[in-house]
Amino acid sequence: MTQLTTAGDAPGVRVPFDEAVTRYEPVLGLETHVELGTAAKMFCGCPTVFGAEPNSAVCPVCLGLPGSLPVINRAAIEHTIRIGLALHCSIATWCRFARKNYFYPDMPKNFQISQYDEPLCTDGWLDVEVGGRVVRVGIERVHLEEDTGKSLHVGGATGRIQGADYSLVDYNRAGIPLVEVVTKPIPGTGALAPEVARAYVTELRDLLRALGVSDVRMEQGSLRCDVNVSIAPVGSAEWGKRTETKNVNSLRSVERAVRSEIERQAGVLDAGGRVVQETRHFHEETGVTTPGRSKEEAQDYRYFPEPDLVPVAPPAAWVDQIMAALPELPAARRARLAAELGLPESDMAALRNVGALDLVAETVAAGATPEQAKNWWLSELSRVANTTGTELSALAVTPAQVARICALVESGELTNRLARQVLDGVLAGEGSPDEVVAARGLAVVTDSGVLAAAVDAAIAASPEVAGKVRAGKVAAAGALVGAVMKATGGQADAASVRELILQRLGQG
Amino acid sequence: MARVSITRDEVAHLARLSRLALTDSELEHFAEQLDVIIGAVARVQEVAAVDIPPTTHAADLSNVFRDDLVVPPLGTQAALAQAPAAEQDRFRVPRILAED
Amino acid sequence: MTAADELITMTAAQMAQAVAAGEISAAELAAAHLDRIAQTDVHVRAFLHVARETALTAARAVDRRRAAGEPLGPLAGVPLALKDVFTTADMPTTCGSKILAGWQPPYDATVTTRLRAAGVVILGKTNMDEFAMGSSTENSAFGPSRNPWDLGRVPGGSSGGSAAAVAAYQAPLGIGTDTGGSIRQPGAVCGLVGVKPTYGGSSRYGLVAFASSLDTPGPLTRTVLDAALLHEVISGHDPRDSTSLDAPVPPVVAAARAADVAGLRVGVVTELSGEGYASGVLARFGEAVELLEALGAKIAEVSCPHFDYALPAYYLIAPSECSSNLARFDGMRYGLRVGDDGTASAEEVMSLTRAAGFGPEVKRRIMLGAYALSSGYYDAYYGKAQQVRTLIARDFAAAFDQVDVLVSPTTPTTAFPIGERVDDPMAMYLADLCTIPANLAGNAAISVPCGLAPEDGLPVGLQIMAPVLADDRMYRVAAAIEAALDQRRGHPLLAEARGIAAVTGTESEAGR
Repeated sequence: MTQLTTAGDAPGVRVPFDEAVTRYEPVLGLETHVELGTAAKMFCGCPTVFGAEPNSAVCPVCLGLPGSLPVINRAAIEHTIRIGLALHCSIATWCRFARKNYFYPDMPKNFQISQYDEPLCTDGWLDVEVGGRVVRVGIERVHLEEDTGKSLHVGGATGRIQGADYSLVDYNRAGIPLVEVVTKPIPGTGALAPEVARAYVTELRDLLRALGVSDVRMEQGSLRCDVNVSIAPVGSAEWGKRTETKNVNSLRSVERAVRSEIERQAGVLDAGGRVVQETRHFHEETGVTTPGRSKEEAQDYRYFPEPDLVPVAPPAAWVDQIMAALPELPAARRARLAAELGLPESDMAALRNVGALDLVAETVAAGATPEQAKNWWLSELSRVANTTGTELSALAVTPAQVARICALVESGELTNRLARQVLDGVLAGEGSPDEVVAARGLAVVTDSGVLAAAVDAAIAASPEVAGKVRAGKVAAAGALVGAVMKATGGQADAASVRELILQRLGQG
Repeated sequence: MARVSITRDEVAHLARLSRLALTDSELEHFAEQLDVIIGAVARVQEVAAVDIPPTTHAADLSNVFRDDLVVPPLGTQAALAQAPAAEQDRFRVPRILAED
Repeated sequence: MTAADELITMTAAQMAQAVAAGEISAAELAAAHLDRIAQTDVHVRAFLHVARETALTAARAVDRRRAAGEPLGPLAGVPLALKDVFTTADMPTTCGSKILAGWQPPYDATVTTRLRAAGVVILGKTNMDEFAMGSSTENSAFGPSRNPWDLGRVPGGSSGGSAAAVAAYQAPLGIGTDTGGSIRQPGAVCGLVGVKPTYGGSSRYGLVAFASSLDTPGPLTRTVLDAALLHEVISGHDPRDSTSLDAPVPPVVAAARAADVAGLRVGVVTELSGEGYASGVLARFGEAVELLEALGAKIAEVSCPHFDYALPAYYLIAPSECSSNLARFDGMRYGLRVGDDGTASAEEVMSLTRAAGFGPEVKRRIMLGAYALSSGYYDAYYGKAQQVRTLIARDFAAAFDQVDVLVSPTTPTTAFPIGERVDDPMAMYLADLCTIPANLAGNAAISVPCGLAPEDGLPVGLQIMAPVLADDRMYRVAAAIEAALDQRRGHPLLAEARGIAAVTGTESEAGR
């Protein structure tokens, strides 16, 4: 029995990223697994639930009991075709499933029903924007397979497999339909490699979400990413040996993993060594990768066509139907919104980054101007989201309410300062913007009599300051403005107050 | 046609691949037998079949699907009933060496 | 003959009629057969598990339905021996292997469900070559079954237990599976009718897989009509089996009753004869062909040149599929677990379990399959074998352009002695020479008894092959030849049986 060891990563010198990419060209490859949101599993009628009691969603088929047979879930095929079409792939007119044979306790049959040399979708692309540049990521293939069960490793220090005494296996996840999207190699990204990788996974995630085929939550495992990285000296004709990094569980990890591998591989090559083609494991806490199992013998999966299934030959009419029903995809939507909102690209990028594009669009639809909507969501609302640790979309204010607040400011009924207080009220659950204004009495004080009185009072209370203003030091009026603001409970419009004061003192 | 033969090492590799713990004498014995059998089945290569499509199924079926409907599962009890070892409603298996 | 003997020597059709008419009760029938098992199985060893109480309960349920005037199916109340490769939720399922000793499936196979729904009374699970790999039942982890005609000889395999049970009158109906001949060959060497329906005609859901693209459930009986009746009970489309045919079951019962061959074109396969075939087998086969001609059939010789490659192709395809199908037996979720001492790894426990749980033939085929599918070897072995399969299918298609059915001996020899071929895998494989082509092409084939070989007095089988979904055609021919032979003899072949197959035979009369 081959002894499978995890050799420690000999601590070598890493080359800092910025330097590494001046001397080495990275080539990326990304393999993404997506759990489809079908009601039932890929080959049986068990429910596809997350977080259910262990082994409560299993049957003879997904447990691989002797005598059990798979039957293909039509919806899974449909979703896969949908994904392929959205990625501009060709859809196979005839294809088959194949068995990938290897032994592992989380795989009940010790083979996985997958697709080998006849994937359902091939040869597509996805455009990704990074740093103002569009990178067209080629899609090699999109195929369908069944997910495996999940193991808990008991006894080791970290709950990981190394050092465990035994494992506990739950097959609820076994048999859930899994779509694998494999990119073609992505060369020429240079220093942007980490961002390109992250942007690709982000864009793919958003696309899948728009298609409604999966809830694509990396933290729950319904979207998983393996990152392939190789580097070669700049100008070299051949590509280097690539490593495959697994356990990349967030968008940020995708970026970090790429960066880390480039640094590590550059260090290896600089030292005159050779990069080992291997599977590596990404560590969240340290941001580095370590080698996975050492492969003395490369795995021979002995693929052959699945004899318990018959070929899948999607009729052209069905594919056309799926194509016709595709929703507006993120790229198209962004382009449309950019044209409709008329905001500069830097703003659009900022909105995309914080995931506020939809919210802004809805706010505009409710009557705000793009500029107003953008300002509110990017500054005040983002600030609140960050401090409270919530998602923008989860804040207790609707785009319609934000639009209403904008309208109140526009009409002069609220100053920006007051508007922020109104927003606080809405977020605190005190009601709609109008209700908060009424309840808290936050309307701008416009009554000229009240203002005049307050101005006179402030001038009278600070004769030295008033004197300075009369003498031409206009800036000194600030203190008087402050006094009036205080007197009016902050509900005056500061600019108007300042104007009044200056007028009074002969400077307006 | 050249005599096809299989070595003891190849048989040992096949045994590992198939998770079969064989003794040395079993290895010897199987190697001899497999050698004969492989020699016999290799006859298929005599058939020049360059552009013949393979047959995987007798009948010409395609597009056999099930609807995306949930069917009541077995239930945890029934699922674990025959397990050699179970703990916390899960199948207990010995420590796994290989990382997936 | 005692009253009990009279009961158990009836045909299944006669039993069903008697039950429906209220002449005998299903419970009586079940009891009589269970007694027969108790008396004879110590010698024949057909059964791995006898489900006495379950069977009697099922029989009484049929009796209640009859008494209530409910309509009964054509085989209601008739006892049956079920090969231990089909899952049964209320009986263990071992597949003849230690690795599944005592395994209690949580579900019934579709075949099991159909049998029960038809009111057939399952007496128990029968012995078989381990995971259906073999031609003699000697590969069973629980010891071989014995041929009721001669207890020192094999009953054939892998469905040897079911064949032995039916030949010993322990049940009039048996179910086996045929992957390379495993119903037809035991049928032939035990003097029975054995049928391999068109692949996909009967569901594989719950049939523990050996070679997925070849495994076919089918009947083992003493008469052609009984086989046809059972064929109709177990056949039909099953949405749980993607390879199941969505087509009407061919009208096999009507064909069995029609039993005529006038004007039918019969082709004798050139390649399935010659060296290696026992003289008695060839003699009886030749006479059967002459008889068909006398009955009005037109005989021709047909060459199917690629049939010579059928055996090697089969012994690449079947092991390849089985090497993958049997990977699930690893001691992790059910069945035998060996070596789990708290320190061994999962990999080690899997290897020790499989080494202890599988017999040598299974191990050989698993490794052979792993070899044939290995990267670097796939094209030359598995890939090539699948191409040969296409050529064989084409040979059949060309043949069926010229003739309506093809005939050959079912197997080259009569029942061989226990122990004769266990150490020579290749010699054992030769038993499947004639049966394998129909498995590879998936078309229908039947073995019907055509006499006893003069040199040893043991049964010989005639194989009739029909095109895909033309199962009825072969039943028509089989019934015709059965009737004609019975008439010529003046009695059914089984009346010439000796030993336990003679029903009145005792152990002392049972062979050498």
